[in-house]
Amino acid sequence: MKFLRKQLDSVKHNFEKGGKWEKYFFAYEAFETFLFTPNTTADAKGAQIRDAIDLKRLMMTVIIAMLPCLIFGMWNVGYQHHLATGQTGTFMDALVIGLVKTVPIIIVSYAVGLGIEFVFATIRRHPVNEGYLVTGMLIPLVMPPDIPLWQVAVATAFAVIIGKEAFGGTGMNVVNIALTARAFLYFAYPSQISGEVWTFLGEGVKPVAGYSGATPLAIAAASTGNAATDLSSFGAGWADGMYSVWNMFIGVIPGCIGETSTLMCLIGAFILVFTGVGSWKIIVSVFAGAWAMGLLLNAIGTTPFAQLPAHYHLVMGGLAFGAVFMATDPVTAAQTETGKWIYGLLIGVFTVLIRVFNPAYPEGIMLAILLMNVFAPLIDYFVVSANKNRRLQRATV
Amino acid sequence: MGKFIRLKKGFTINLAGKAAAKIGDSGPADSVAIKPTDFQGIYIPKVVVKEGDTVKAGSPLFHDKKLERIQFTSPVSGEVVRITRGEKRALLEVVILADKQVEYLPFKKHTVSEIANLSVEGIKSQMLDSGVWANLVQRPFGILADPSVTPKAIHISAFDTAPLAPDYSFLFKGQDHFFQTGVDVLKKLTPGAVHINIHNASDLSTVFSQAKGAEVNKFSGPHPAGCVGVQIHHIDPINKGDIVWTINPFGVIQIGKLFLQGIYDASKLVAITGSEVKNPQYVKTYTGASMKSLTANNVAAENVRYISGNPLTGTHVGKDGYLGFYDHQVTVLPEGNDYEFIGWITPGANKLSVQRAWGLFSFLTPNKEFTLNTNTHGEPRAMVQTGVWEQLVPMDILPGHLIKSILAEDIDEMEALGIYEVIEEDLALCEFADVSKHNVQGILREGLELIRLS
Repeated sequence: MKFLRKQLDSVKHNFEKGGKWEKYFFAYEAFETFLFTPNTTADAKGAQIRDAIDLKRLMMTVIIAMLPCLIFGMWNVGYQHHLATGQTGTFMDALVIGLVKTVPIIIVSYAVGLGIEFVFATIRRHPVNEGYLVTGMLIPLVMPPDIPLWQVAVATAFAVIIGKEAFGGTGMNVVNIALTARAFLYFAYPSQISGEVWTFLGEGVKPVAGYSGATPLAIAAASTGNAATDLSSFGAGWADGMYSVWNMFIGVIPGCIGETSTLMCLIGAFILVFTGVGSWKIIVSVFAGAWAMGLLLNAIGTTPFAQLPAHYHLVMGGLAFGAVFMATDPVTAAQTETGKWIYGLLIGVFTVLIRVFNPAYPEGIMLAILLMNVFAPLIDYFVVSANKNRRLQRATV
Repeated sequence: MGKFIRLKKGFTINLAGKAAAKIGDSGPADSVAIKPTDFQGIYIPKVVVKEGDTVKAGSPLFHDKKLERIQFTSPVSGEVVRITRGEKRALLEVVILADKQVEYLPFKKHTVSEIANLSVEGIKSQMLDSGVWANLVQRPFGILADPSVTPKAIHISAFDTAPLAPDYSFLFKGQDHFFQTGVDVLKKLTPGAVHINIHNASDLSTVFSQAKGAEVNKFSGPHPAGCVGVQIHHIDPINKGDIVWTINPFGVIQIGKLFLQGIYDASKLVAITGSEVKNPQYVKTYTGASMKSLTANNVAAENVRYISGNPLTGTHVGKDGYLGFYDHQVTVLPEGNDYEFIGWITPGANKLSVQRAWGLFSFLTPNKEFTLNTNTHGEPRAMVQTGVWEQLVPMDILPGHLIKSILAEDIDEMEALGIYEVIEEDLALCEFADVSKHNVQGILREGLELIRLS
């Protein structure tokens, strides 16, 4: 470690004020502080001691919480491949297929996103914030395994530049960056991110008879126009028990790389809540909102989709992943504690509304979160106003 | 009878090096200093002594050009040996070499019954002339109390919840009579109540709980329950246009002694604390004592920080510095000026965090005493996390929104969000816990000054 420190110290003067690479100081700082926590001490006045936590630790905790989803997702890519092509393979075979499909997406996401971050930090002369460590992992997890890599790169660039840097960088963005990337693909290249793209088949491989790569949501959405479809056979699918509640909960269904497994999302949620990094209020209220809306539709709805048991909504699609990892993004969520309840509840409600009543987009969570990201400041405005009014009412002048 | 308020929010920082309940020897009382920089809201201090002058305890050293009735007086008798000035000749400190035996400048003595009949103006002028007035702090803004105003109420916090804080029942033991007289005097300065806020759990000496003529309120809960701003918020909050005064029990006792004995007695007990102190204990000394005398033969290590005050709100004064006017505590902590290899991910049970993202299993050892250094454990970053500060401020105030409104220099918004109710110490825990390493107390002071001077 001493050797590393010496090397860093020996080049440091080049990056400091007056050095020949002065303008790359923050790029250097990002690497230096990654390797060594800095030797800065508290100011002479004020708090003389500081909490051990920093943004790096916080972001790393979120990444650790995402690992179950990532590893399960990788395996599931291979598992779905085997299922669809009628092959059999071991756990390791499936994982290797998943690795081959997933790792390049992760590398592209990090390379493009961090590259843009460093460029902007250098131009704007501000430190490189660690927020992208999480975003860079979220983007691959909400992509289908077959996504072309150049689309990942374009979507990442769009999301980081338009979604974040245009607003001033980390901490200033209005909408969730990873979802901006996905929404960009959704509207710009719909053919690669909707329909039967969720299962990796491989070149020239024939799927088994009766195969359909549709997600449960797509099947349910297709039933909307056709009142005759009987959703009681929903659980059957083309393979045995394909879309049973249990399978959807475990996550052995086609879908985005990281979002299929409600169970893995709940493990992630446990890590986030136990470490205090994610807001349990948001997570709980998203599920509560979706379930309540599902029950309401059961009571008044006429279409088969509306009659779908409410708990199906909780395990289908990306609701769990969105609730745990996307809605809890502290920058784009409501920032007041009361606001977090309202924000989460409305995300759940809108997710189910969009799913059931919008024929074009089978998945509702992405649009619901983006919509509520935009409304979060409004929710906060009313909560903060209430706080101000309590103070005003006490005053006599 | 006063109120009983249970506070839930907050965080008590449990550090190693608490002062044992005994009075040790301090080094020779060499020099003491009075620093204008300790007094928030002082405009331009004007020195009235020269180097070489001899002074008595209670002799004026300087006064403010704006609030010129407030005298800042010498805590001891002796010779003025140094008047230190900084940039633009700003007065930094007046240093006095102390006599072995303190001589007091005589002020008027009163019996208890006489005090009851004193006029408000008479009380004020004796307090102003003797130097005890500087103990009164005015809210909003946490500045020197303006003698020309009448406060809505006067609040005394009779316990300290800050890390390593001295035990007030030890600090002020046996001073019941002076404290009661001080309260009697203060009662004359306000048409409202004098509030004495005590801790529920402490097996208090009767100094505070038996005081007559005052509202005695009880509090329980973690730090910052002992911060007087938090207490005011729950007893009788400061609204726009309100003025309240606060005072430490030490100041109340000083007032009592001034009126009963006719002297400005600046002797006090100071807790010498911190992990780097060999023998953490109390010492008997004077306001403005030198760090050298306070920590003589009691600190072994070299790379340490000498803090006047507690580790959350104190000032790094250095080994050759002096105790702050309002402080009853010296903390010596290790400096954290070293690098740590991937320190942000290395697991370790020896660092303290409010959040479990660091000390995941810290709840298993709730009584562990930590040895913390002054390292910031990270670099300044954008504000990202929400909801943590809110858990540390037991008031109906949104600290995150308040700090952002100050950064935006939006005075209307600061007012609406309750800036009048807080000073630095009330939000000190936010600065400690901030993931983005913001200088929260400094930002808050900038906001307060922006309003006060506009």
